Amino acid sequence: MTLAVFFGCAFIAFGPSFALFVFTVAKDPLRIIILIAGAFFWLLSLLLSSLVWFIAIKASNSQDLSLQRGLLIFGVFFSVLLQEVFRFAYYRLLRKANEGLAAISDDDSSTISVRQMAYVAGLGFGIMSGAFSMINILSDSLGPGTVGIFGDSQYYFITAALMTLALTLLHTFWGVVFFEGCEKSRWWVIAAVVGLHLLVAGLSLLNPLYEGSLPPVYVITLMMGVWAFFSSGGTLNSLNALCTRRKAEAESS
Amino acid sequence: MADNVENAVNNVSNDGTEANRHAETGNTATPGRNEVELNGQPPTPRPPQVVTDSEEDEDEELTLKYGAKHVIMLFIPVTLCMVVVVATIKSVSFYTQKDGQQLIYTPFREDTETVGQRALNSMLNATIMISVIVVMTLVLVVLYKYRCYKVIQAWLFFSNLLLLFFFSFIYLGEVFKTYNVAMDYFTLALIIWNFGVVGMICIHWKGPLRLQQAYLIMISALMALVFIKYLPEWTAWLILAAISVYDLLAVLCPKGPLRILVETAQERNEPIFPALIYSSTMVWLFNMADSAETRNNSSHPVPQQENQVVMAPTAQPEDDGGFTPAWVNQQQHQLGPMQSTDDSRREIQEMASARPPPAEDDEERGVKLGLGDFIFYSMLVGKASATASGDWNTTLACFVAILIGLCLTLLLLAIFKKALPALPISITFGLVFYFATDNLVRPFMDELAVHQFYI
Repeated sequence: MTLAVFFGCAFIAFGPSFALFVFTVAKDPLRIIILIAGAFFWLLSLLLSSLVWFIAIKASNSQDLSLQRGLLIFGVFFSVLLQEVFRFAYYRLLRKANEGLAAISDDDSSTISVRQMAYVAGLGFGIMSGAFSMINILSDSLGPGTVGIFGDSQYYFITAALMTLALTLLHTFWGVVFFEGCEKSRWWVIAAVVGLHLLVAGLSLLNPLYEGSLPPVYVITLMMGVWAFFSSGGTLNSLNALCTRRKAEAESS
Repeated sequence: MADNVENAVNNVSNDGTEANRHAETGNTATPGRNEVELNGQPPTPRPPQVVTDSEEDEDEELTLKYGAKHVIMLFIPVTLCMVVVVATIKSVSFYTQKDGQQLIYTPFREDTETVGQRALNSMLNATIMISVIVVMTLVLVVLYKYRCYKVIQAWLFFSNLLLLFFFSFIYLGEVFKTYNVAMDYFTLALIIWNFGVVGMICIHWKGPLRLQQAYLIMISALMALVFIKYLPEWTAWLILAAISVYDLLAVLCPKGPLRILVETAQERNEPIFPALIYSSTMVWLFNMADSAETRNNSSHPVPQQENQVVMAPTAQPEDDGGFTPAWVNQQQHQLGPMQSTDDSRREIQEMASARPPPAEDDEERGVKLGLGDFIFYSMLVGKASATASGDWNTTLACFVAILIGLCLTLLLLAIFKKALPALPISITFGLVFYFATDNLVRPFMDELAVHQFYI
């Protein structure tokens, strides 16, 4: 509890995404709009999935705890599927918008490419998902209280922050890969993204056995990062050029 | 593409009359477009000609190229206003305490025994409030039509005075109480005096753009806080819903008061009355022959430069102060419904703003949004943070919903190019998301957080 935990967890959870926002999105108004619209689409998916879960809860016996837990797990998986559906819907919307932008511009090309939109859309999903998971927990961490007073884990806040960070980055990478898959009509890519998302959600079901959930999720995040890098056109050469050019520039300057 | 063709036709007609610089009253189909053309055209008057496709595309592209920028130019102040309101609500408990005191426009109490009685009372309250607003709007339109500019200006002046001095005094007092800061009256008087006078000068006369924008945001936030405090629960939601409907009707119906106001303003080719409008760029007076007359009438608001964004704050809650009924519409763009009574007026003005001087780059075109819109957006988000049990999730959801609504409204504006109300879409999204998030998403997220499941 207290300010240290609050700031620590806030920076862990939101630091990278905030940095990404400031350095890549904030300067361009179109990207900001795409980001916020992405957040909106994620929110819509969450709304619909919680509606379904709510109906299921109300229709069932509230005393039966294992049933409630089962329904919650169902809610989790259904929400994941719905998020991917809305990601696809957002892809279609952005394609249409891109065509519109291209049609009216001078040289028949829009100012933003599909890859950039994929990245920004993924970031929007990630930021909103992270915010919804983390903000209430953060505000609770400011106030008085004892963590794990009923025997729960002491590491609740930090693991929540780490998981949120992983999910935010994952959403960004999934956005890039997903849109690329849709562009090239590679359906196995889309299936892989959906499968990985389900896997990550499933791993989180292992909580509070954090050894079972956090390391695998981070391994998946790293893998997705590499996949997204190569999927968006990066190559080993460009990485190499980045390092050597910087060195060469540093030497020449 | 039909829109494009129509725009092309309008371009032609507007180009032809550009030299006269009079708004086409006959061309009521797109009154806004006239202004846009007048304002946005480059200095050299285009000879009337058939607009080629490239020109039309260029215009379209210009509109859209500036569209994203305009949206962001409005996102930032709306976000700031909401942040101020939410920060105040979360820290200063005064604005969430129900003292039992209510505005005179909402006389019925909501602490009744039965739900039915409460519903009835809140509906009556909302009806009274909306009718007051409608009446004030009509009064304003009548005053404007009969050129009683002095009355309107005095009204605006006094309501601004009240807001900048009295309300901010109360606000400051409550903030000091919350943080237990000791303050003597002399220092307080100095602070309030300076704040108020600089505000009046910035808003009604000249001042740096950012300062004026900051004052307008502060005033909108103050007004929204007053509403959050003094409107009872159900009444507030009903008023939000009703005001969006009224906004829609008043701006789009042919006989709507706001529409009449806009058209009258366009007929007279008058500058935006420095009322409740937030503008993102400096507003320049157009150099028209008859502008001298308007200059005489509205002395303060027409500096040669400076933004005209003036907001007319609404009057204080207790008495009837002058709330300025929405000045609304000035111009071209959108009109907000006039909200009178304590609230503010909103005018929605979107679209390219006031006329840049000829030498000015097209880049300088700004956007305008009525202060009433700020107030109601902030009121919605403030109420979400004050009363929702889902707390921050609900606030965040309403925030995103309102921004998306604003974005869509601006998109429609870019497509239709006429005055559009800014409230309906945003408030509808905001209300839907508030109730849905509070009742559906909150339990779901709470359960997930308890078990630390992640979706």
